[in-house]
Amino acid sequence: MDDMYRELILEHNKHPHNVGTLDHPDVSHEETNPLCGDRIKIDLAIESGIITDVRFVGRGCAISQASASLLTDELKGKSLDEVRALTNDDMLDLIGIPLDKNPVRIKCALLPLKTLKYGIYQYLGEHVEDDDF
Amino acid sequence: MYPTMTATLDQFDILSLRREFPILQQEINGAPLAFLDSAASSQKPGCVIDCLEDYYRRYNANVHRGVYKLSEEATFAFERARGKVARFVNARSPKEIIFVRNTTEAINLVARAWGDANLKAGDRILLSVMEHHSNLVPWQMLAQRTGAQLDFLQIDGDGRLILDDLERLLTEQTKMVALTHQSNVLGTINPVQKIAARAHAVGAVMLVDGAQSVPHMPVDVQALGIDFLAFSGHKMCGPTGIGVLWGRRALLEAMPPFLGGGSMIKIVSLHETTYADLPARFEAGTPAIGEAIALGEACDFLSDVGMQRIHAHEIELTGYALERLAGVQGLTIYGPQDTSMRGGAISFTLDGVHPHDVAAILDGEGIAVRAGHHCCQPLHALLDIPATTRASFYLYNTPEEVERLVAALEKARQLFL
Repeated sequence: MDDMYRELILEHNKHPHNVGTLDHPDVSHEETNPLCGDRIKIDLAIESGIITDVRFVGRGCAISQASASLLTDELKGKSLDEVRALTNDDMLDLIGIPLDKNPVRIKCALLPLKTLKYGIYQYLGEHVEDDDF
Repeated sequence: MYPTMTATLDQFDILSLRREFPILQQEINGAPLAFLDSAASSQKPGCVIDCLEDYYRRYNANVHRGVYKLSEEATFAFERARGKVARFVNARSPKEIIFVRNTTEAINLVARAWGDANLKAGDRILLSVMEHHSNLVPWQMLAQRTGAQLDFLQIDGDGRLILDDLERLLTEQTKMVALTHQSNVLGTINPVQKIAARAHAVGAVMLVDGAQSVPHMPVDVQALGIDFLAFSGHKMCGPTGIGVLWGRRALLEAMPPFLGGGSMIKIVSLHETTYADLPARFEAGTPAIGEAIALGEACDFLSDVGMQRIHAHEIELTGYALERLAGVQGLTIYGPQDTSMRGGAISFTLDGVHPHDVAAILDGEGIAVRAGHHCCQPLHALLDIPATTRASFYLYNTPEEVERLVAALEKARQLFL
């Protein structure tokens, strides 16, 4: 438990980065985790396949909100291909807490990545398998 | 077995009771397990586990079929369990006890079998905003099939039903009133006896969701004057996979079957079937035999302890918890703030800490609680909160566990300051 609520998570939960919305987003996508009511909406500005700006709004547990904060910190300047290549393990490395044996809370941690990927796949007109999350 | 027959359970009773629950004798994350999630599913005493095992080890056979010794023994035990359940809720006859999987299936049975036969467009079904999805979705589906309309009793700021609305909402068109006896979120105990009388005055039928009441207080279907009662075995010290629908005999006898198949028939030809009498008519297919027998054992166990004493113990513990939780800064309790007409499920939020984080921090202290919407999304929408954390009590919980809950909540609050 104490592993889960490390200073990094608590700090990002309390003061999340990149919070808000974009006026004219190229991608605006929201996903929810019906189990616990976590909700994340990510806005992206995209120019020539590169993410130039990102904002998110969300509500939910510390894990989901800190994840969104940490993930969005990584996005500016990344190409869509790079974002598409992000794996669940990359996300777990980013937040740095052992959730591989916690099937409930891992959904909270991966919700922002799921939101991001669904948004980008929709933008590109591609199909995504729900099994990935 | 329980020598002191005082009005409630004293500390000695609780400690000896706790010893009968094998699962409670363990540590979680380095602390003794404090199981505060019995509203979701209760723990099982050794006698119930043994009873289940005994069936599978010694006399497992299908019921109402074989003419051999094992099948006779299984049939006898299965039907004796029906009798125990009937006595537990004071049904007039064991024939009024239908074994199903759980409360959800019991309510679906009524919505399908009774509802499809009795409802038409323009009829109304009265529910409340505090219903569990299991006492809401089956009626929505029935309304969609028949064109009937749903009405809802609202709650006041204390989480109690606004009964003044009955005047307006109960009309000649109301055919069914389906209410929970005790809210699994707010803990509110609803005056179902009074409401049943009002329902009957307009010719409506009254179904009570007893999932949270039958395990925790004496429930007498005749005294309550209701028509259907649905409850689950696993919340009352019994196994999963077994639940009960009690219904008034005349109503059940007039209902068409729910599921078709084996056991529910008298004579079958290729094109038509005559159906069995109660209760077999509503029990198609091989039932959960061992689980039903073990539920009978659970009824005996609870009756031996005494339902009135269990109820008194839970009220005492709930009163203590409400008082102690009120001292936790930033904590909001949803539902009645005192123990009058209130059971031992306490849902709350802690300022600045999401309910799931609260539950995870409590788990770290060996305290099991539930977080989420508790299958009551409309109620949480009404309260304008995405989720709550819920602590719920049963006969094996102690004031020390309440103290640990309060201390762990204090820790969660500090962590997120």
